[in-house]
This record gives sequence, C-alpha cells and structure tokens, in this order.
Amino acid sequence: MLEVRLFAALAEEAGARSLTLPLDKPTTVSELKHLLGKQLPDLRDKVDKCMVAVNHEYADNEDAVSVNDEVVLIPPVSGG
Amino acid sequence: MRNYTVSEKEIDVSELIQYVTDANVGAIATFIGTVREITQGKKTLYLEYEAYVEMAEAKLKQIGEEIQADHPDAKVAIVHRIGRLDISDIAVAIAVSTPHRAAAFEACRYAIERIKQMVPIWKKEHWEDGSYWVGDQQGNTAYTEGEPKLEVKDNA
Repeated sequence: MLEVRLFAALAEEAGARSLTLPLDKPTTVSELKHLLGKQLPDLRDKVDKCMVAVNHEYADNEDAVSVNDEVVLIPPVSGG
Repeated sequence: MRNYTVSEKEIDVSELIQYVTDANVGAIATFIGTVREITQGKKTLYLEYEAYVEMAEAKLKQIGEEIQADHPDAKVAIVHRIGRLDISDIAVAIAVSTPHRAAAFEACRYAIERIKQMVPIWKKEHWEDGSYWVGDQQGNTAYTEGEPKLEVKDNA
C-alpha cells in the first residue's frame, strides 16, 4: 500500500489529508496520477494540475515511485 | 536560529537581520511580504497559509544554496509563516547579506520570486462572501515539465 498525502484545496475537496493506493510494486508518477484519478473521479482535472513530490523532490511523469517513498500531491503553489 | 524556517510564530525580522550580519558584510537587503487587504477589488478579511513543512523548508534551503552558487559570500535567512494571518501581518521575510549591495538586491529579489514559483506553501483567502485557495501566482496552473522553471535570474 502507498500513502499519498494531500494538501490545500485538494485535501478539502477530497475530505481527507491522505489517500491509500493499493500498490505493492514500484510504479511511475503518471500511473500514480492515473490511480488517484480513479479514486477521486470528481477531482481528476485537479489531480492532473498537481505536481507530485517524491521524498521532498518534484518528480516528472516518468520518474519511479515505490511503496516506501513519501509521496505528496502538490497543487499549484501560492506561498510568498 | 535556523535560517530556513516555516513556522506559525510571528516573524521577527530583526532576528533574520542579525543572522546574516557579520564583519564581511557591507549590504543587507530584506524583503517583507505582508497581508494586503484589497486584491482585484475584493476585500480580504484574513488569510490562512498551509505548508508541506518538511519539503518547504528544504526548498527554502535550496533557494539559499542557489543564491550562494552565484554569490558565495552571501548569507541568507528566510522565514515563511503559516496558520491564520490578519491584514498587515508579515507572511514571509527574507534577509540576504553580501559584501557589496548589487548582489544583495539581486539575490533578495531572486529569493521571493523563487518562493512564489516552487515552495510547497498554499494561501487561502477569506472574504466576506466566501474563501478560496489561491492556485498559483505565476499564471501557470500545471508544471508539465517537472520542477517549476527558473526564470528570474539576472546574469548582470
């Protein structure tokens, strides 16, 4: 199982601070987003607009994700 | 004092200035971001900031290192506040010191632009008739190519 943390608008709209995905082997960021879109079908567009952070670094679509990674969905940022 | 911090505490700018001051320093540039009341004709009642704290602090540190790659003598301190902020509260403070002033001005500007681009912090505006999570201040909504691109460096 892989836990994906949520923040800001996405956390509010999903009604949760994290989601658990039924993953037991490594996958890619793009596949992860696809799986998240299936769990949150009303938020698919918003999920697509997010970056994915793996272990505190932004990851590209082709980057690998494994079940021990710290994975966070990062909506467009607005700090500063 | 830790020089790259995300915290709910009220920001004391003099602490940042003290951190970056030393005998080799001839110039200290600061940026202070405060909560503004009117944005595009709408009146803000208060703001809320939320952060992915561990990564946000790591990214503030990365910004400091990017500055030091260009200006090895620079000292940098950045604090971003989270939680509820009222009008005119300080949301973010940056202090950069260098031997000479041109680099301090440039680096300080660079830091705030970089924060707005890629540090995982989000602002929620609360108005009289509702609230709204601001979704990126650069006009882009999706970073389709990995980390948001560096655009603001001057190589003057």
